[in-house]
Amino acid sequence: MRLALELALAQLLRRRRQGVVSVLGVTLGVGFFIAMAAMMQGFQRDFVARVIDVQPHVVVKDEFRRRPAQAAELAAGPRAAVELRGEKPVDEPRGIRGARAIAAALGDMPGVAVAPNLAGQVFLRYGTREVAATLTGIDPEAERRVGNLERDLVEGSLDALHVVANGLVLGEALARKLGARSGTTLSLSGTQGVVLKAKVVGVFRTGITSLDTSVAYALLAKAQVVLERPNVVNQLRLRLVDPEGARDFALRVEERFGYRSESWQESNANVLGIFVIQRAIMYSTIGAILVVAGFGIFNVVSTVAWEKARDIAILKSIGFRERDILAVFLLQGLLVGVAGMVLGWVLGFLIVAFMGSLRFEIEGFVRLQGFVLHRTPLHYAASGAFALATSALAAWIPARRAARADPVDILRGAT
Amino acid sequence: MSDRAPIVAARGVTRVLGGAVPATLVRDVDMEVAAGEFVAVTGPSGSGKSSLLYLLGLLDRPTRGRVLFDGVDTAGLGGDALAALRLARMGFVFQFHFLLPELGVLDNVALPMRRLGRLAAAGAEARALGLLARLGLADHARKSPDQLSGGQRQRVAIARALANDPVLILADEPTGNLDSASARLVFDVFASLAAEEGRAVVVVTHDEELARRATRRLRMVDGAIVPSGAPPAGTGAAGA
Repeated sequence: MRLALELALAQLLRRRRQGVVSVLGVTLGVGFFIAMAAMMQGFQRDFVARVIDVQPHVVVKDEFRRRPAQAAELAAGPRAAVELRGEKPVDEPRGIRGARAIAAALGDMPGVAVAPNLAGQVFLRYGTREVAATLTGIDPEAERRVGNLERDLVEGSLDALHVVANGLVLGEALARKLGARSGTTLSLSGTQGVVLKAKVVGVFRTGITSLDTSVAYALLAKAQVVLERPNVVNQLRLRLVDPEGARDFALRVEERFGYRSESWQESNANVLGIFVIQRAIMYSTIGAILVVAGFGIFNVVSTVAWEKARDIAILKSIGFRERDILAVFLLQGLLVGVAGMVLGWVLGFLIVAFMGSLRFEIEGFVRLQGFVLHRTPLHYAASGAFALATSALAAWIPARRAARADPVDILRGAT
Repeated sequence: MSDRAPIVAARGVTRVLGGAVPATLVRDVDMEVAAGEFVAVTGPSGSGKSSLLYLLGLLDRPTRGRVLFDGVDTAGLGGDALAALRLARMGFVFQFHFLLPELGVLDNVALPMRRLGRLAAAGAEARALGLLARLGLADHARKSPDQLSGGQRQRVAIARALANDPVLILADEPTGNLDSASARLVFDVFASLAAEEGRAVVVVTHDEELARRATRRLRMVDGAIVPSGAPPAGTGAAGA
């Protein structure tokens, strides 16, 4: 094997320029793989971490996934063919029935914290500006157990909700849209026509754009007044010790109580779906770079094999076996792959270091002050494995042809 | 020498090259070469000399007939077994020297030894140096093949053919590209390999004058061996 390696290296060094180009192809593929993977996975993990940190892990809502059975269906059974006209559907009144009991039952489970809320659409008016927002009525004590709202406050406090009549806590971007800040009094109107004067007692910033631009918090009792739904709770927000298990937990809750229970994964399905597409785009781009690099390797190995036809004949006449010849040419491709891989690791490391040093503000799904980079040896291992596999495959095709060449055919042509 | 067991023997060997118009390269050849024999195969271009050599060297397989090496029918041997025989028991020399340009002269000669792996690196190098010295190339061991003249390169190729101490040496027009002085030198080497070291040597050449120095001559026409003008009577310089 050492002999094959020496021969491979010697032959490759005779084709220095082509070899260098092929190495650079692999280098770029591996380098960008590492850089893009660090950037994308960093961003995605950051988003998920923030979501888990800020949002409730499961929300039980006053909705049903399946339309409730209608009177006629109940009367005739599920298999009957019934046609009724002018039927009036039986609608559940909005709100979670027996919310207190459900909350108590959930709160008794180990590793689960519950906060009952009432959420609804309101308009906030300040001067000439009017902005639609989601008003969430909370109990500050319970809220502390299910989220980090208090930590995310940039102004004011949650306790001020108790102190100030009609106190309101706004998302930072929402406050900016209104031109409001702590102490501002604005008007709050519900969809049923109730209008209250409310005073901003706090501003929060979670970093998740959708929350910061559209959510306002008030005491549960005040929200019930504004939304004209006394004693109604339409959301139970749960926080779990194990956020990854939220999906299963939500399913179990829904099975038991019937109400639609959304895990954070479901609530953010659109963003998580975009992540999947992002990953697909990244891997196909990197794949394309490496395929091009593979063509470079194919090219250099085929050229060498073509030029070396006589040498192959002489090696065979000396007593080299097919697999010895195969090894010589396969190793040339692998040498290119290994060199490209190592240089690519260096390149990737440098790009990641450079991106890490950049500072800028950007607001997308979340607010960022630069690239969030995820550094892991896994990216190096994966890109390396991919590069070596590509190189081996690209070299294998011409190498096998060289190995199978009939020395007599070559000798007849040469002499 | 005829009483010795042949190193290599062809028995009714025919080689037909397939294709749109099949061509018979070698036709029903019977021959054998024993240790210590220096056999010259002559004949016009295209008479099948080289093809016969490839068959004897186990680089090619006959369409019909058998090639026996050391009494063993090679038809039953796989590619790896044939390669192993070539490596340990045979040495090839071609018209073009076919040295590997990436390797130095010494490494070219040591190559078959390293492939065989019987000698350690130092041992292989020492033996290669000895072979080069024997062929008058001791001073050129550290050079690259392209720094040598044609005759020198051909002698390096002979040194390489001798690397693993083969019993059979096969040469295809080894002097084809050499001036007459170099050609004589190369033929002297072959003659002494057979006469003094008891190796079997088969040389394909169309140089009748040089061929006369062989202990036996075979003349080929149209793929078949034809009776040639009585070979020089004298005889076996071998053994003794």
